[in-house]
Amino acid sequence: MIDLDDTDRAILACLLEDGGLSARAIGDRTGLSQPSCWRRIRRMEDAGVISGRSLKLNRQALGFDVVVFLGVKLAGKGRVSLEDFERAVCSIPEVQLVQHVLGIYDYRLKVVARDLSDFERILRRRIMTLPGIGEVESNVLLTEFEGRAQF
Amino acid sequence: MQEITDLDRRLLRLLQNDPTLSTAALADAAGLSTAACWRRLERLEKGRVIEGRKIHIDPRALGYEVEVFLRITLDKTAGNAFDLFIAAAREIPEVRLIQTLLGRVDIRMDVIARDLAHYQEIYKERILALPNISDIEALMLVSELKNSESLPL
Repeated sequence: MIDLDDTDRAILACLLEDGGLSARAIGDRTGLSQPSCWRRIRRMEDAGVISGRSLKLNRQALGFDVVVFLGVKLAGKGRVSLEDFERAVCSIPEVQLVQHVLGIYDYRLKVVARDLSDFERILRRRIMTLPGIGEVESNVLLTEFEGRAQF
Repeated sequence: MQEITDLDRRLLRLLQNDPTLSTAALADAAGLSTAACWRRLERLEKGRVIEGRKIHIDPRALGYEVEVFLRITLDKTAGNAFDLFIAAAREIPEVRLIQTLLGRVDIRMDVIARDLAHYQEIYKERILALPNISDIEALMLVSELKNSESLPL
């Protein structure tokens, strides 16, 4: 764990707004030289604060209209290995998020699909056939709001 | 809506796998000239198919060891239950994300905390004070096995 100072936070705020900004552009906005800005970004990457980068695609423009969150319980724990389930679920391309959780479900999944019938196909052919799968609950995403904890 | 060709999809797939690829490296991988590749990317960006780039922040690296997903059912007899709830939830500093859902629960909310004691404090003082809650269930994150924003193009 590292501590961030106000300058680091200003850099993160720039990057959260536009992750494609160069170290030079961020330096201009925060009053830093390009090399010192680059060093700070590098330090936050090395410490795992910036854990990755991704392309922001407009999923609707690409034909993916449906996002569904699944709560999954495994059936007969102990009989199937968690590793088998985890390996299989992570390899499904439509599954974007796999989280092991504690509570009324064992796993949380996020699935993208073109429409509801595409989702039904993924659910029947890919999800319900996973090794050890038990009860599954689906909730369709309607809207999303960012909270204040964006750092 | 913009027409997406197979070549566009190939470029997007390559870029999804490595968003740091330069236009020249991307052109190479896709077998295009740099100029042609640049033009296609520009078209995808203008058409808002590519909306930009995003960084991911790991709260654990900043000392937030606990992440909880709350599943909330609202009391819908209050007319604007959703709006009031969401507006109030967006004021809580430890809330990362609020989603409205169609299904068994109405709202999902991601909350981070430094440790369990801190979480308990947020839960008691901020979460339970939110308006129109009729039921809450909590799932605590143990580990994240996959988190990719990649679309199956």
